[in-house]
Amino acid sequence: MGLIHYFLSNRTEILELTLEHLWLVGVSMLLAVLAGVPTGILLARRPRLEKPVLAGANIVETIPSLALFGLLLPVPWLGARADRLAILALALYALLPIIRNTYAGITGVDPAVVEAGRGMGLTDRQLLLQVQLPLALSVILAGVRVATVISIGVATIAAAIGAGGLGEFIFRGLAMVNNNLILAGAIPAAFLALAADLVFGIAEHKLRPRTSAR
Amino acid sequence: MKPNPTASSASPHAIEFRDVRFSIGEHRLVDGLTLAIRRGETLVLLGRSGSGKTTTLKLINRLLEPGAGVVSVEGRSTADWDPIRLRRSIGYVIQEVGLFPHFSVERNIGLVPSIEGWPRAKVQERVRTLLRLVGLDPALAARFPAELSGGQRQRVGVARALAADPPILLMDEPFGALDPITRAELQREFRELQAKIGKTVVFVTHDLSEALLLASRIGLFEDGRLAGLYTPEEFQRTSDATCAEYRKAFRAVLPLAPAAP
Repeated sequence: MGLIHYFLSNRTEILELTLEHLWLVGVSMLLAVLAGVPTGILLARRPRLEKPVLAGANIVETIPSLALFGLLLPVPWLGARADRLAILALALYALLPIIRNTYAGITGVDPAVVEAGRGMGLTDRQLLLQVQLPLALSVILAGVRVATVISIGVATIAAAIGAGGLGEFIFRGLAMVNNNLILAGAIPAAFLALAADLVFGIAEHKLRPRTSAR
Repeated sequence: MKPNPTASSASPHAIEFRDVRFSIGEHRLVDGLTLAIRRGETLVLLGRSGSGKTTTLKLINRLLEPGAGVVSVEGRSTADWDPIRLRRSIGYVIQEVGLFPHFSVERNIGLVPSIEGWPRAKVQERVRTLLRLVGLDPALAARFPAELSGGQRQRVGVARALAADPPILLMDEPFGALDPITRAELQREFRELQAKIGKTVVFVTHDLSEALLLASRIGLFEDGRLAGLYTPEEFQRTSDATCAEYRKAFRAVLPLAPAAP
């Protein structure tokens, strides 16, 4: 097959675009976690906000990714650089699973444990940091895991607005009707998604709070 | 502005309710409760589910705040207490125990003392003392809650509530979820423990035999109201209809005192 040969002869560019892809996803996930986890915590404390905020995040999720990239294009500072725009769009997509899982993780902590904690005089902060977050951590990570895997896929579309990443190959291949080119983008992207899934799966397991001495 | 630092210790009552009301919507959970709890007594709140016992308990450590009236602890309205300080001076034991599943027994018991800044060695020493006090092997300190039996877990719950040596202990059906044999064992031990430590205990139950065994006084609750206050002896002799109903319900399963008139 010419595919292997094609990959080998283009390895530098494949590697470059893979790294670029990772960068887009990495930065956007970081932003999404920084915004999504506190939001989820806030929702768990103010249940009244749950419906409107989750509805908002849901709406963002329903916008087709290509359209979201396009919609953000005219925004002044953002539209100036394609990668900024792509990162913001990816972060917005990642918000829903992260917010929802943070909320679910924290509200899922046994109410008796929370009541006992409150009853013994823990402050809200102590309760959050010592009890709720550690117990919710693996659920929150599961949200980050889903968001990352989705994000690796969606990031291929960022190439359509010139943000680079593995989508470059795919769009080029589509335009040139060249399967090798399409696969040069699709295969590394698929491997990235699998790898991310695996790494987060392990982290989720490792960070599950220890509940036994053995 | 009364410069009277001894006011709290001078109050003859550890806890006092003055015409306290608590409602959720239209539903009055506690309705005009006036009650004084003496220092060092074990007051058992007895009543059916939904009669306002648990609500009353939570009004003491300010997990709930009264809609009207005043709840005072150590002579001071709970509204004037810093809720965190208030709760740290009141031990709280619930039926579901609520041990932190990700903490060892030692960390569970030692959490509040650690937060309060006790040195590590002192916390460890305290944990061992408390484990022995509640009848557990100090070697269990390294275990996690999931590795304990129901009875052991509830003992740890009691030890945790006593950790910072609070003068008051609130217990909400602490032995309700245990099997009858373990329950009887814990009731007996708690009675001995209470004789030793002399805390002010407010104990919620719907089990008459438990109330009779542990109480210095029994407060009978009905529809959010205190229907009567009795010593266990009085409770068994009074002609009050509700008490008689209780005795009748329980006589079927337990030989209580000689039949009341």
